[in-house]
Amino acid sequence: MKMKNTIKWTLVCMAAVLLPAVAGASALDTFKGESGTLRISGGTAHIPVMKEAAKRIMRFNPDISITIAGGGSGAGIKQVGEGLVDIGNSGRKPKPQEIEKYGLSMHKWAIDGVAPVVNPDNPVTALSSDQLRAVYAGKITSWKDLGGEDRGINLYTRDASSGTRSVFWKKALGKGDISGKANFVASNGAMKSAIGNDPYAIGYISVGYMDKSVAPVALDNVRPSLGSVKSGDYKVARGLYSNTKGEAKGLAAKFIAYLMSPEGQKIAAEKGFIPVN
Amino acid sequence: MDSGDRAARRLFFSAGLTCALAGLLVLGFMVVLGLPLIRSGMLWDILTGPWSPDHGQFGILAMAVGSVYIAGLSLIIAFPVSLGASLFIEVVRPRGAGRLLEWLVRLMTAIPTVIYGFVGIFLLVPLVRSFSGQGSGLCILTAALMLAVLICPTMILFFSRSIARVPRTWLDAVDAMGGTPYQKVRHIIFPAAWPGIVSGTVLAFGRAVGDTLIALMLGGNAVTLPESVLDSARTLTAHIALVIAADFDSLEFKTIFISGILLYVMTGLGILAARAAEKNL
Repeated sequence: MKMKNTIKWTLVCMAAVLLPAVAGASALDTFKGESGTLRISGGTAHIPVMKEAAKRIMRFNPDISITIAGGGSGAGIKQVGEGLVDIGNSGRKPKPQEIEKYGLSMHKWAIDGVAPVVNPDNPVTALSSDQLRAVYAGKITSWKDLGGEDRGINLYTRDASSGTRSVFWKKALGKGDISGKANFVASNGAMKSAIGNDPYAIGYISVGYMDKSVAPVALDNVRPSLGSVKSGDYKVARGLYSNTKGEAKGLAAKFIAYLMSPEGQKIAAEKGFIPVN
Repeated sequence: MDSGDRAARRLFFSAGLTCALAGLLVLGFMVVLGLPLIRSGMLWDILTGPWSPDHGQFGILAMAVGSVYIAGLSLIIAFPVSLGASLFIEVVRPRGAGRLLEWLVRLMTAIPTVIYGFVGIFLLVPLVRSFSGQGSGLCILTAALMLAVLICPTMILFFSRSIARVPRTWLDAVDAMGGTPYQKVRHIIFPAAWPGIVSGTVLAFGRAVGDTLIALMLGGNAVTLPESVLDSARTLTAHIALVIAADFDSLEFKTIFISGILLYVMTGLGILAARAAEKNL
């Protein structure tokens, strides 16, 4: 025990001497001398930013360990509310009854769009809102009717826990029906690989997740992109929230403050989201 | 009986009891949690209706059918393959190849299902899509093919073990009477190894029905009743995995206990049917 303590203190002292020299004055300084575990789960759109922030924090102070899990926004809200995790992420604003039931406090640190996407080989690159609604309701079933190949449209959607789904359903589909024939995938990452692999697919993902493996579909002539979400031209957008049960405390508070700091906001921008500060 | 014997006996008895109780407790737990729904008179709608939470419909018929289709088809694919492989290992008994196959099969039992899921997504799904010329490739056939690969090792190991237990002298007797290999398999090996073949199949069926990841990753998870093996379908297990993240208080969440009970009953019935088949032969 004594031995362990000595080693620990030596490490802390070494860290105290060495790290400021390496890192300079940075937003990470608040994590100095901290230790413990921070558990994060929920929204899958948040994951790239969470991972990068966690990596920097854990590199700065190895006594802190941060675990990141997906599960979707619903799962994030539920798990933080039940005290299973310290921070529950959601890609939608928690519902009033959720806020009340769990006493959530919300921290919005970025804005993100939700874009309909198809395979890059698909010639269809623009749809009207009405067409998109008809496609998702299962009324238009062939790409031929939209100017594409004579092949069936493979619909992809997300499970009920997804904040991305709830925003897309509300703002892009106008709460219209989603056909029972749609395939279900469980995360933004899974959606991207499904659409990237299926030439006849249509789905929707967080704008932050878009890359060359999928092609965005312009909706009513507005192409979803970082720029059009930022300018407000592309309407299917939402905040990315990190929620805590009650006021954020300890490591969770510092983590959220880090996300809000210039450095944290820069990470969000690098990962394809729009910073709030 | 000395005291050591008695202590051991008690120890094993309590171990067995704990096992049995745990199984029953799980069922009891699900029934208790599902009780509000069972009482509310919605049970029939849940068991037979369509799933559309936006319209207040929470039927799980399509998922039950999906489970039976995917597990059943995987069994149909895996059974002949496994039987052939185990006959190859135990009856044909080629020295090198037989041992190699057995070693491979043992290795396969240790592969986590998520690996099969990944291989399925990047290899099997595009193949099925281009061969069938329709749909997304995420369908009953794809999931069943991959599940068949998953359950084959279980079946092969069970089958070959029971085939190996057929007394050598009986087989020698067939040879001595000039019986053909076919006659040997048909009249000696199959009847003698039958109980093992049945248990292996039941175990594999249980594994196929109970597997979540492969169906979740490859089945497509659509909520309509599948019409062909190329249709996307959702199993009860995948359904539970997808809905479990929903709000605790929602009706959606409560219906997954009914899914759990149904899953329990389905595997239970499978085992009972197999036991009956075992006795009647």
